[in-house]
Amino acid sequence: MGEKIIPCRKAFTETLLREAQRNPDIFVVTSDARGSVTLEDFANTLPNQFVEVGIAEQNAVGVGAGLALAGKNVFVCGPACFYSARSLEQVKVDVAYSKTSVKIVGVSGGVSYGALGDTHHSLHDIAVMRTFPGMNVYLPADRFQTERLVEYLVLSDKPAYVRMGRNTVPDVYTANDQFTFGKGNVLTEGQDVAIIASGETVYHALQAEKELQAKGIKAMVIDMHTLKPLDEKLIISAAKKTGHVLTVEEHSIFGGLGGAVAEVIAQNYPVKMKILGIPDENVINAKPLEIFEYYGLTGSGICRSVLELVKRL
Amino acid sequence: MVDIKELERKAVEVRIRTVEIVRNASGGHIGGSLSAVDILVALHFAIMNISPENPEMEGRDRFIMSKGHSVESYYSTLEKSGFISPGLLDTYGNYKSLLAGHPTRKVPGIEFNSGALGHGLSVGVGLALSGKRSAEGYRTYVLMGDGEQGEGSIMEAAAAAGHYKLNNLAAIVDRNQLQISGRTEEVCAIDDLEGKYRACGWDVIHCDGHDMAGLLKSFRYAEAQTEKPTLVIARTVKGKGVSFMEDRANWHHKVPTTEQVKEAMDELNKRMEEIGNG
Repeated sequence: MGEKIIPCRKAFTETLLREAQRNPDIFVVTSDARGSVTLEDFANTLPNQFVEVGIAEQNAVGVGAGLALAGKNVFVCGPACFYSARSLEQVKVDVAYSKTSVKIVGVSGGVSYGALGDTHHSLHDIAVMRTFPGMNVYLPADRFQTERLVEYLVLSDKPAYVRMGRNTVPDVYTANDQFTFGKGNVLTEGQDVAIIASGETVYHALQAEKELQAKGIKAMVIDMHTLKPLDEKLIISAAKKTGHVLTVEEHSIFGGLGGAVAEVIAQNYPVKMKILGIPDENVINAKPLEIFEYYGLTGSGICRSVLELVKRL
Repeated sequence: MVDIKELERKAVEVRIRTVEIVRNASGGHIGGSLSAVDILVALHFAIMNISPENPEMEGRDRFIMSKGHSVESYYSTLEKSGFISPGLLDTYGNYKSLLAGHPTRKVPGIEFNSGALGHGLSVGVGLALSGKRSAEGYRTYVLMGDGEQGEGSIMEAAAAAGHYKLNNLAAIVDRNQLQISGRTEEVCAIDDLEGKYRACGWDVIHCDGHDMAGLLKSFRYAEAQTEKPTLVIARTVKGKGVSFMEDRANWHHKVPTTEQVKEAMDELNKRMEEIGNG
């Protein structure tokens, strides 16, 4: 019997609780989201390090900044859709501009909420967060990478935005894998195309890589878990090596991973490129995986996009 | 024993510098800067435990300038209290000056970057809550504008301050009755301010925001709280100290001409003499 896979948000809170038990300066702030973030254990175990502000995301971020100014290492946690929009000015001013040690942890990001609709999707968050000077942006691909990311972030005093999904995602890594945050992770070597993915799309990119192999196409799959600072060197070398770059993201096709990669490629080593993500439309009402399938973000869809890109259809 | 006359003289000095640097920079928010002067001086010279020699002193009281646009009198207060040098203040408005048109943490004595309204009280709640959770004795002061009270996020912060019984937090509203477009109650009424904060679990007191003794009394009243945060509604006059600017919405961010600066200086110097003679 293998161990039960837990969602990234659960891996996040379990790791953070472990770290916070050793470090009384680690504080969590949330906005009536202890259930959706899975913070019950944290709240019950470390009530002195837990701050509930009710449904008030703007206040949550401001309070988090105040705690950080007083020397605390703060994680403000709640649904990504609200923290990347409702409280965006607080993130911009109180966290990024003021350079406070606050990590905004947006859970249930992207289309995690499925049929709940566009109010609950966060498909703009990467685009806005990465434009704030000093703001680092991370999208872990699975529970193991989430654990390592939390361990990394508790040692950092830099403002950061972390986005993770609501649902269980298949493991991409093992408990022994280590990461260098700020550097992309090359998962497979290939010379025909580079598939750059982040967050939950990494798993699907790997599925596509297998399908492509069967068609004689060798893909280099990169897990770009750190959207900012972006590993420009790796992107340029992947473009040089493969001549074709496909980005895959659970985000609007505007301004996210694809936009960030395109900025690097266009200015350094232009090659053929396709940005795969959610187009400029309201998302269909369906379960998250169905939404991924509809927009071609699962293995077969990614495979199709690669074939179009390398003109082998 | 606090020398009230000395504080009053400091306030005039701050007003003089405020007018000077607005003129030098050809820009700034002079009206709200002048209305806040006495509050700033009372806090920085008589109330707060702060150290210009060691701006990041452990256990210091914290001040958040939520109405960040009133930065000219804030910078001038920091100059007069020794946090920043006269030379630095004279760079205000210059290319690449350290001093932005709204407060930033890069400047000694400033705790937080402000300028977007409605943020400061939340940050003050975080500071005060941290102090309580870590059993540190410092106090937190947040200065807000009255027009700023239109920002809904302030009520989120007020509710949290009441909920967490932050008796170590005092907020001040610079109640000069004016915002950029006109009188607050005509633009979009903010009263009943007292009722709003009381409903959130605050104690609310009123004072004349230009009366040093009254301000000191109010802050000491706040210090004695055991369960509630305190709101000090300070009745002020926008443009205070320069009669042709007083209570005029159009002096929100107007720059005085050379003649007007002279007129302002004459009036402020006269005021200084009055204090000296009294």
